[in-house]
Amino acid sequence: MDFDIKRLGFTLLGLLIVLNWGLLMSSIMRKLGARVAKRYGIRWFQPWLDLVKNYALRSQISHGIMFYLGPVFRIGGGVGLFLFMPMIIGSELWLNYSFHGDLVLLMYFQFFGMLGMALGSGEGGHPYSAIGISRGLSQFTTIEVPMTLAIISLAIQYDTLSLIDIVKAQQGGFQNWTMWTNPVATIAGMFSLLGALSHSPFNLVKAPNEIPIGPPTEYHSTFLGVLQTNAAILHVVEAALFMNLFFGGATNWFEFILKTFFIYFWSVFVGVVFPRFRIEQSVAWFLKIPLVFGVLAIILYM
Amino acid sequence: MKQVLEKLSASFEIEDIVYQRDDLTFLSAKKENLINLITHLRDIEGFSHFVLLSCVDWIEDDKFQLTYFLNKPEEKYDLGIRCMIDRKEASMDSAHHLWKQIATYQREIKEMFGVDFPGSPGVDEPFILEGWDNIPPMRRDFDTKQYSADTFFPRERPKTNDPKEYMKEQMHPGEWGEYRKEKK
Amino acid sequence: MSETKNNNKFENPHYAKREVTGPDGKQFIVDPIKDYFSDERPKVYEPNSIPVVEKFLNWARAESLWVLGFGTGCGSIEIPPLMTPRFDAFRFGIQSRPTPRQSNVFIISGYLAVKTLKRVIRSYEQMPSPKYVLALGSCTINGGMYFDSYNTINRLDHYIPVDVYVAGCMPRPEALLAAFNRLKELIKEGKGEKANEYAANFDWYKENQKKIIKDWNMPDYNW
Repeated sequence: MDFDIKRLGFTLLGLLIVLNWGLLMSSIMRKLGARVAKRYGIRWFQPWLDLVKNYALRSQISHGIMFYLGPVFRIGGGVGLFLFMPMIIGSELWLNYSFHGDLVLLMYFQFFGMLGMALGSGEGGHPYSAIGISRGLSQFTTIEVPMTLAIISLAIQYDTLSLIDIVKAQQGGFQNWTMWTNPVATIAGMFSLLGALSHSPFNLVKAPNEIPIGPPTEYHSTFLGVLQTNAAILHVVEAALFMNLFFGGATNWFEFILKTFFIYFWSVFVGVVFPRFRIEQSVAWFLKIPLVFGVLAIILYM
Repeated sequence: MKQVLEKLSASFEIEDIVYQRDDLTFLSAKKENLINLITHLRDIEGFSHFVLLSCVDWIEDDKFQLTYFLNKPEEKYDLGIRCMIDRKEASMDSAHHLWKQIATYQREIKEMFGVDFPGSPGVDEPFILEGWDNIPPMRRDFDTKQYSADTFFPRERPKTNDPKEYMKEQMHPGEWGEYRKEKK
Repeated sequence: MSETKNNNKFENPHYAKREVTGPDGKQFIVDPIKDYFSDERPKVYEPNSIPVVEKFLNWARAESLWVLGFGTGCGSIEIPPLMTPRFDAFRFGIQSRPTPRQSNVFIISGYLAVKTLKRVIRSYEQMPSPKYVLALGSCTINGGMYFDSYNTINRLDHYIPVDVYVAGCMPRPEALLAAFNRLKELIKEGKGEKANEYAANFDWYKENQKKIIKDWNMPDYNW
């Protein structure tokens, strides 16, 4: 691919939009959660304030090279996921750097940030970090199982590993969405999305009131700011991945925002209803119902 | 319960039995007999639950009083066994082999009163006070107010007045009693 | 006196310098105080040289107060209601954080025993600068009803710098919210520089702390 300054500019602009949309979406969702608990909740611009404050803290300490690289790997995972994700179908420029066969790379990038955090927070030396990261990795491994099965099912169905081709095959009306043509894989994927977005039933890893906040126990100021930035990007991009896989992609930004909002809302909706699972419960849960749906999706399209 | 205690009183030299309530009795035992007594009460009489162990400083009599509270769950009966020990060489046999939790009480009493329980696990480790270097703080010859004033940078308190005296001086300069008479 | 003095009472065996045999059979010396902690002194951080930027940052700091979830005394019972629907501190940008590394506000909630003070100092020093302290209740001002206790401190500001005092025994959650709003005003005015004050008068604070914490078995400055 030749270097194209216009494409780069549009990708960076897309990253900015995705970051701000992610922050706004997280504040809307926290407000919704607060309203369910009959609270007023945070102000809508609170995530930006937290971000600015964390970047502006004066003192920071390091525990070593890997401690620095942990958040860098994490945001590398988030931004990498964004770079290879087609945002708007039908536009040449909002496709970012997606290429044919990128689905495998996207699956890898989902795990990449997690592994980086494992190394980084391990160097932090705090025992809670080590506990948190081992919980996080074991949970995410089981989340990946139904997700991978669903994606393999889609790959068999559309006979391609290219995300663009999968989305293009779904164009031409909502009846062409994977949601209708392959409902079993959609169910498996949406169950695993609950874990991937780490909302309430499966947020034991990073919940502040569990073993203190898990992997990022030692992360502060700019490190934490980087992690927050990544979280905002990652949530939108994860939702965009599922939008592209199951819900027909987006042909303009309005559709993109609407669809990612509802996909993200699905996890929040489940989150405010169900209490938190312990780690062994969530691992067992992912290896039961979602796994069955995932295997079923493979068998049906074999 | 009365018969049981009277039966025991001869063999364990129990004194001053006070039947406080239907389900609460206090009695005094000698230091030498005390461990035997509570072992007997636990194993034979069914006082299987250890409630608490407390200490009182009788500085005038030069004694420490240790009170072991036992409970008999079947009858919901409480028994307080008092034991006076010498204040100078304050030491008592440990009872941690009967109930494990006694070790914690003994550790606290060692720290707060300086009563030693040789052989009790961890009795020399600090319990609440880390690095205490004065006499044990719950002894009555320890002046806690003075210690606080010497150690913790007390803030100067605002000047306060006794309301009665203040009113007498400021509002009714004459004799207080006369004022009352006039009013009548 | 039947007082028996244990000579190595104040030494923590976990922090002792010792020789360890690794899993590969090599012997090496471990000195936890040196290996695990940095003994660098705290620095005085100058505010941003551009006033407008500093004002903006102060606004962000004031509106995003992350409270350390550390209850020191009876007053910590007043903190959980702050997050409930009735008081709902989230609407003021107040959130609680479980680790000192991520928090900016330390609520000293009530009486402070010497044993707790040691932990408070460690947690306070681990918080990133700028950091703020809310002292809750009479006990932190002059000892309150524990003014003559052998084990609770009388004046908090001799050990760590205090931004806002809340009088009362106990202050209600409303008083705590008022204190948060006062703290916000102070920060927006650029007066929330107590962390720098701590760094500037570091020796005086350390002297006071070491006067009452007699088993000082940690580094002088806990990063």
